[in-house]
Amino acid sequence: MTGKKLARNVAVVGVGMSKFGVFPEKTSRDLFVEAYRDLISSIENHFAPEDIQAFFMGNFTSDQFEKQGHLAPIITSWIGLSPVASMRIEDACASGGVALHQAILAVASGQFDVVLVGGVEKMTDLPTAEVTNALASAADTLFEIPAGFTFPGLYATMATAYLEKYDADPDAFARVAIKNHSNGALNDKAQFNQTIQDVIAGKKAKAIKKGIPVPSWETEMEFMQDPKANPMIAWPLRLFDCSPISDGAAALLLVSEDLAAKYTQHPIFVAGVGQASDGALAERDSLTEIASASKAAQQAYAMAGITPDDIDFAEVHDCFTIAEIIASEDLGFFPRGEGWKAALEGQTARTGLHPINTSGGLKSKGHPVGASGVAQVVEVWKQFHGVAGDRQLPGELKYALTHNVGGTGQTAVVHIFEKRN
Amino acid sequence: MNDLKLEAKTFFEKIENGVLIGSRCLNCGHMSLPQRYICPECKSDQAELIEFSGKGRLSAFTVIYVPATEMLVAGYDAKNPYMVGIVTLDEGPCISAQIVGMDLSDPHKIAIGTPLHMTIIDRTVGETHKKVLAFEPSEAK
Repeated sequence: MTGKKLARNVAVVGVGMSKFGVFPEKTSRDLFVEAYRDLISSIENHFAPEDIQAFFMGNFTSDQFEKQGHLAPIITSWIGLSPVASMRIEDACASGGVALHQAILAVASGQFDVVLVGGVEKMTDLPTAEVTNALASAADTLFEIPAGFTFPGLYATMATAYLEKYDADPDAFARVAIKNHSNGALNDKAQFNQTIQDVIAGKKAKAIKKGIPVPSWETEMEFMQDPKANPMIAWPLRLFDCSPISDGAAALLLVSEDLAAKYTQHPIFVAGVGQASDGALAERDSLTEIASASKAAQQAYAMAGITPDDIDFAEVHDCFTIAEIIASEDLGFFPRGEGWKAALEGQTARTGLHPINTSGGLKSKGHPVGASGVAQVVEVWKQFHGVAGDRQLPGELKYALTHNVGGTGQTAVVHIFEKRN
Repeated sequence: MNDLKLEAKTFFEKIENGVLIGSRCLNCGHMSLPQRYICPECKSDQAELIEFSGKGRLSAFTVIYVPATEMLVAGYDAKNPYMVGIVTLDEGPCISAQIVGMDLSDPHKIAIGTPLHMTIIDRTVGETHKKVLAFEPSEAK
């Protein structure tokens, strides 16, 4: 497949993100200011805010979470960039990735030379039940939600189809969670920077302090299979199969290729982009893949002129553990029906053949939905620049992929980044 | 453009009467569930309304222990979970629905492929009742 090319090349010259977590004292605008200041500090050379010509911001539903619509110009004002063109882009949990895609196209078109990409979500002001209802509006509210589906329920349904079709071992789901927690434990921006072993040790210490019987888990898997410690949410998905409710923001500075050296000696380049859509889950030919993600990935690989084996590492949309396994197949890292084995064998760990979610992923880093697709690129930048600390991948890194999904795959957007030598 | 009532709400009006409808493309014969004017296969905008038999098989499912708000109001919770799934009708199309009449005590034992047929259940939402599409095992009756 010969891919479309961008009309001109686009570089990422700086990245930033807020800490992800639960921050009752912060609003969307505060979170984004934190990410923007982090972005400014990442730019090596001269940076003038006046250079920025437009702001593309991913946000799912500040209207529901904060009762604030029309968020983009407000945040633009709070970072001192009025009167630049600003727009909020909404495609549920893919809002950030789609904002990035639109920003890339805007620079590639020649309309803008320097643009800011952002993503933000402030989710924790509402009670959990209302957050669940807000998230449910990313599904089909006529034909999925009235049936009784929740978001974990929709992915759980894909999980039962996957387990049945491939006779897969559900322990693979727990392995994804254990792996992503072990990566997130090494990321100071992560909501849960704890390994599952840390969680176990914490719970045992608490029991001793309270003078109650100390739980007997010997291994991470024993903990993960304990219905009290890790309760069932939607069969076969348990609490630790689900990404959390999070507050957070992320920001990127994109420029045309010819301007990159002005900002940094070490830009990273957009090598491929792809995006596709789909109908509700019941309308699809297969429940064991996300066809929109496969299509988006094919477009991105074709534009980059590379294959899945060329990707050194990927940040994928692990809103639920099953989603990471399906993504690892949709993106072509493993054949259909083999993703669960790869997860069990550790092939997606930092030391594996296809490292996935070195940041901790949505599962451990947190999932402020509109920010997630943008924050994935922050990890790409850190790995490419050798500043990922204890989670740094070894060896020469050339290509990285980010994969961001809205709903259960009604939207999927994939980007490939290249580090040139 | 024909004058069929293929708007989304027609589906729920028919469910109130215990009828599961969809549409068939007059150009290529593709069946859609729920019904729609524009065929997703051949893109024709000429379709007819059809009724499905309401018989099918379980294609995928989940048992929900942390309910959606509407289901919480209807009395479900972690101790009284409910099942939802995707049912493939004998005619081919699939639909999302609550599945009732199954033993949920051990979801391991729920078999994908179980024959099901449609039923209409009353769900209480606050002061009002609404009729909702559901499926139940065919052996149950």
